[in-house]
Amino acid sequence: MTPKQLSILVIDENTIRASIIEAGLREAGHGQVTLVHDVHAIARRVSEVQPDVIVIDLENPNRDMLENMFNLSRAVKRPIAMFVDRSDQAAIEAAVDAGVSAYVVDGLRQERVKPILDMAISRFNAFSRMERELEDARNELESRKVIDKAKGILMRSKGLSEDEAYQLLRRTAMNQNRKISEIAQSLITASELLGGG
Amino acid sequence: MSVSDSITAGFLPLLDSAILVAARERGFAEEEGIALTLARETSWANIRDRIAVGHFEMAHMLAPMPIAANLGLTPMRLDLIAPMSLGLGGNAVTVSRNLWAAMAGEGAARPDDPGVIGAALRGVIQTRRRKGEDPLRFGVVHPHSGHNFELRYWLAGCGIDPERDVEILIVPPPLTADAMAAGRIDGFCVGEPWNSVAVAAGLAHIATVKAAIWRSSPEKVLGVRADWAREHGAVLARLLRALHRASVWCGEADNHEELADLLSAPAYLNQPAALLRGALDGELETGGGTWRFPDFFVPAQKAAIFPWQSHALWFYSQMVRWGQVPHSAENAETARRSFRPDIYRAALEPLGVPLPAASMKVEGALAVPTPVGVSAGQLVLGPDGFFDGAIFDPVHLDAYIASQRSAFR
Repeated sequence: MTPKQLSILVIDENTIRASIIEAGLREAGHGQVTLVHDVHAIARRVSEVQPDVIVIDLENPNRDMLENMFNLSRAVKRPIAMFVDRSDQAAIEAAVDAGVSAYVVDGLRQERVKPILDMAISRFNAFSRMERELEDARNELESRKVIDKAKGILMRSKGLSEDEAYQLLRRTAMNQNRKISEIAQSLITASELLGGG
Repeated sequence: MSVSDSITAGFLPLLDSAILVAARERGFAEEEGIALTLARETSWANIRDRIAVGHFEMAHMLAPMPIAANLGLTPMRLDLIAPMSLGLGGNAVTVSRNLWAAMAGEGAARPDDPGVIGAALRGVIQTRRRKGEDPLRFGVVHPHSGHNFELRYWLAGCGIDPERDVEILIVPPPLTADAMAAGRIDGFCVGEPWNSVAVAAGLAHIATVKAAIWRSSPEKVLGVRADWAREHGAVLARLLRALHRASVWCGEADNHEELADLLSAPAYLNQPAALLRGALDGELETGGGTWRFPDFFVPAQKAAIFPWQSHALWFYSQMVRWGQVPHSAENAETARRSFRPDIYRAALEPLGVPLPAASMKVEGALAVPTPVGVSAGQLVLGPDGFFDGAIFDPVHLDAYIASQRSAFR
């Protein structure tokens, strides 16, 4: 007999990350997933959904409220404990490193919950990686614009070709042990100060 | 000093993170060869979890937190010690403007008279009950907090049952003003600057303060992972010396302007310096005028950072009173030993500063400032009275717990 589907509540103010976790859980066959973005709705949603497992991001300031709620029998009908079993130090570390925490209803077997937390951890990590890559791409685009602008200044003021202008920026950066974009930014600033921008 | 030990300490954006901030920003930690990193957190649960997994060695903590951890009340296994307090006082009880208007109608006036303020609140509660209105809701920051216990102590002492006559909810400090604006809570007990933030927003009135409910009472501690402290005793001693110097600096009125500036930075409290200054000087805008509160926040004087074991036992007595833990001699001993005056004394002894000879004192016994026995120099303690005139003698813990059981529990 297959056990009853677990009801999972995902609390995350970051709607994109919450959707990524939800998708992961559904792909893994968990049909009963509820998302909460609004921190003020947490208490009501917990009593409505009666979740077996709660996944919450560590940036959420309401963790203290949530934990207190679990201690009050009148707020939640079933006792809920932090998933991170006292003996499972590695799981605690992986979760905290990833920025996520989980709580489960008392008596739920470890092997049923472990894959859910593992899923949340890997999706949190994937999301952080994605954010870093996005940030890198944004910086890359930004520095390319700065370099193009600096090249333009050099081409106009020194009568260089585009390639010569770039080589000059590159050589200067190497000599000063700095990034090309930094040299380019300095040049733009100087040019603006001198009124030639 | 060339050799540098790294310590990362977590903190929440509250005024009483001042000693840690000063230790870093004014170079007291660096002078002791310690690279101190401060990491701002969003919840006490995060502070606990990050200490447990080793992201932090120590943290700015609610004084009852190490006690709760050692008593096994936290979801994960964690042994903590408190070798230093981070000052006395610093909290207030703040109510919505509507509630204050109703309380004023029942005779509430001076915020330094919690007995009268509490009687007025009881009057409001009785009227609401007659009209069939919902119980008033108060926010505190954590179940194991000075805020929760002093709010309950004050309510119970004024004939208000904290379990039945009001509803007490957990609200994170930075969200208290929002929660009040949205009508989710009618009042809260929280540390500064969050009372002043709600008053400045025109939402609230400061009803009374921690220093009026229990003068010179404990609030935050430096919570340190016990195994780290055992293995790094010498580094911890150096940090405690740095924090001692930082506390003395914070206690000088001449430094309050600079301290308010430091704390106002985006990485720390991220609030206007002018809003922080009042609490440092003990002068708060209550919403009905500025009021001077003696000993509102004490970072240095009166042995403010000495980790009194009588403070630990008082918190324990309140954990028992409100059903968080059953009373036993063994539990009481675990609570007492969570605070470590021995480590404090050993660390500060080389500085030749006055150190209390005792580890416990009778709380509420000093009506006026009183010189006490110390190792060197002079030390004046008190006044330290409870608003109801009660005395807590840690030697008679059982009797104290029994006496409180008859009131409401």
